[in-house]
Amino acid sequence: MDDREHLVVIGNGMVGAKVVEEILARHRGRFRITMFGDEPYGNYNRILLSNVLNGSQAASEIFMNPLAWYDQNHITLHAGVRVTGVDRDRRMVRGADGTEEHYDRLIFATGSRPFVPPMAGADKSGVFLFRTIDDCDAIAEYAAGCTKAVVIGGGLLGLEAARGLLTHGVEVTVVEAAPHLMPQQLDGEGGDILRATMEKMGVRVLLERLTTRVLGDETVTGLEFREGEILDAEMVVISCGIRPNSELARDCGLPVERAIVVDDQMRTSDPRVFAVGECAQHRGMVYGLVAPLYEQAQVAADVLTEVSPNSLYLGSRLATKLKVMGVELASMGRVGDLQPGDEVIRYAEPAAGVCKKLIVREGQLIAGYLLGDTANAGTLTDLFQRGADLPEKRSTLLFPGDGGGAEDVRNIPNEALICSCHQVPKQKILGAIGSGRCSISTIAACTKAGTGCGGCKPLVGELIDAYAGNVTPDPRDSWYVPGVPFAKPELVREIRARGLKSVSAVFRVLAGGEEDAGSKIGLASLLKSLWNDEYEDERDARFINDRVHANIQKDATFSVVPRIYGGITTPDELRRIADVAEKYEARMVKITGGQRIDLLGIKKEDLPAVWRELGMPSGHAYTKAFRTCKTCVGTEFCRFGVGDSTTLGVEVERRYQGIEFPHKVKLAASGCPRNCAEATVKDIGYVAVDDGWEVYVGGAAGSRVRAGDLLCKVRTQDEVLRVTGRFMQYYREHGKYLERSPAFVERIGIEKLRQILVEDSEGICEVLDTEIQKAVDGYVDPWLEREKPYHPAQFTGQLIPEAALLGSKS
Amino acid sequence: MEAVMEATEVCLGDVESVPLGEGRAFCVNGLSVAVFRPRDGSLYAVQAECPHQGGPLAEGIVGGCSVICPLHSWKFDLATGACTQDPSQRLRTFPIRQAGGRLLLTIV
Repeated sequence: MDDREHLVVIGNGMVGAKVVEEILARHRGRFRITMFGDEPYGNYNRILLSNVLNGSQAASEIFMNPLAWYDQNHITLHAGVRVTGVDRDRRMVRGADGTEEHYDRLIFATGSRPFVPPMAGADKSGVFLFRTIDDCDAIAEYAAGCTKAVVIGGGLLGLEAARGLLTHGVEVTVVEAAPHLMPQQLDGEGGDILRATMEKMGVRVLLERLTTRVLGDETVTGLEFREGEILDAEMVVISCGIRPNSELARDCGLPVERAIVVDDQMRTSDPRVFAVGECAQHRGMVYGLVAPLYEQAQVAADVLTEVSPNSLYLGSRLATKLKVMGVELASMGRVGDLQPGDEVIRYAEPAAGVCKKLIVREGQLIAGYLLGDTANAGTLTDLFQRGADLPEKRSTLLFPGDGGGAEDVRNIPNEALICSCHQVPKQKILGAIGSGRCSISTIAACTKAGTGCGGCKPLVGELIDAYAGNVTPDPRDSWYVPGVPFAKPELVREIRARGLKSVSAVFRVLAGGEEDAGSKIGLASLLKSLWNDEYEDERDARFINDRVHANIQKDATFSVVPRIYGGITTPDELRRIADVAEKYEARMVKITGGQRIDLLGIKKEDLPAVWRELGMPSGHAYTKAFRTCKTCVGTEFCRFGVGDSTTLGVEVERRYQGIEFPHKVKLAASGCPRNCAEATVKDIGYVAVDDGWEVYVGGAAGSRVRAGDLLCKVRTQDEVLRVTGRFMQYYREHGKYLERSPAFVERIGIEKLRQILVEDSEGICEVLDTEIQKAVDGYVDPWLEREKPYHPAQFTGQLIPEAALLGSKS
Repeated sequence: MEAVMEATEVCLGDVESVPLGEGRAFCVNGLSVAVFRPRDGSLYAVQAECPHQGGPLAEGIVGGCSVICPLHSWKFDLATGACTQDPSQRLRTFPIRQAGGRLLLTIV
């Protein structure tokens, strides 16, 4: 029985997940944690949704915590379950599906929802909101059949949506009720210049239009404005700001004004209940940008874990950047809130689309924007957020080169935040640079800077340019494996020159005798590719799967997948599989995606007998090797088939079974362009066409989906086998360890691969053919080790010694 | 009354029951222990289950004085039990030695 306090979090958006991350970072194990989220996903970076809409990022790339993260951290996630009620007397949270969770501590992170201004007909088909991944998908899909789209709302998100729609090939009009675009951040002058920039890009802008009606029967055909004017539209995206989701809190009796009222520790009037994020109102403010919300999450985590019980959130000054391709805009505070006595510093160059404005009050920067030229936005944002004193010569703020040197990142103070999303100050980035991290990605890996909205990446780049000159890059970044001090080319040279043929020899000669567990598998892979049959195989350098030729499962049992060539089996094989599954108590018998049968829950010590009784060779489902060639029934049975895909699949699989690669390799052969075997999303795929076969390489349908590139078209099955072997050998020789074929094909380029492998531009095809033939000839079914184990203890499970008591000492 | 903690030395059998460079799990009086034989000739014994999600540490990759759990790659120092990923986690360790080709484990 878990007697830890139970923390329930309502909301699984960016802030809900962030507060849980912060709690785990402070005191893992402090709480039993349960989360409710009404989207059926893990959690994703909502800020980047506009990138998904404009196609610059895939939806899969913006996920922050996949469902596995919740598992790994023992968090119960009710995904897709909306919370319908909270009973604070019984301390119960109730989900729409009837789930009830009792809490000791409760966090509202319910976020907000899009605001739909009062207008008739907003429920017509073709009218969209822009808030979730599903919205994004729906907008993109619908846009494919449209020519005219209208975005209602000319704010930050509305403009991002408009730019995103342009990439879908529709005419886009933005309709804004205020007299200029981005009324929250800009004034009329800046708004006009932004409008000109957007229109140059192809987005039409209509100002001072209040939409009163969506026209059309069931489907939208246009909009009607207050003055009676009508605008044609085939689809409409509403982006008019957000409203906090605070009804749930109000219904359970918590004080709610514009949002849920919290104190400086993010606590509501109920000491057990907290609220963070867009649903929380702190000192009269409701925030909608990620940086202040993350700060709130940190304070709540400090207080809840009692790691810093006096931690306080004191409010934030808001700065943001517009992420619209082709428009540069950085904004701080609200330039509209001008008071008598404020100093206004401005510069405008309308023809160039540039406008800069700063409002100074009592010597401090209190608001401003930079449009069209954001070169010194980092410095200004920092001055704004810290409320720092400004230089006497104000022009240096707008024109950094003008003697003040404000653009010089060296002038940014050490404590200034570079990444506001993750609260990373300059000194932390300098620390990372000082320890040799000289790229934006390595700095991101150790500081998290740049992994939120990504807006600070250019500034991180400038810091690297300014400070890394005196630093030698950490050479470890370039090492092939962490425990041997050489990059791949030098390592290969040393290994060859010194004739090092085993992993232990490499450690002995090149690493001062220091073995490193994390380097063994990578070294083994490299040595095997360099020496082939001369490689001295030390089994302890293999991952457990490759020591016992089966795939380890979470309960330490193994999965066994026998080879079924081309996915074609026989009644006799099926009978044997069934008998083995019963005799060895397989806990699940599963048809795999590769057209094979997986026996799950097999004990390690039973593996040799299982293989013997199956009488089938290994399917290599556990290792970085040729896996399967999936087939459709092709000309043998299918009335549409034009190519004999089954024979090809079986032949390919017999020839190349078990050959090892930098990563796993999956194939498929389709007997006609209907492509039922899904050959175009495989590492290597074949599609039969009237006069032969198309050969595709570099396809994938895993965490990333990529259509393979057409390498060539050939006439006969023999030619298919030959070009397959060439691609395989080239990948073996030039692929990086753990680089799958899509990344490999993209890195080398399909044109170049075609020249080398089809046109033989480098004259190496014969060598490739010979080398792959050697690998084919050298194949031995690893399951034969059932009769000849490499060590008597190869397959021993847990041992129970005859506990001979030799004596005792106190 | 104060309980007296007795340290007991148990013979696990032949050293060769653990292949060089690898680990194997033993069950001694209901206690699961993973025994490792790195290539440098040293011997280590720690609790058999990874504190993260119960992964079988004896099936992990051993290098020098560390083991990497086969399930999610958590790494532990075999001498101290310290975990690289999460300093709050520590493996229980047991003294182990060999004599006359036999593995001798001390359980407290």
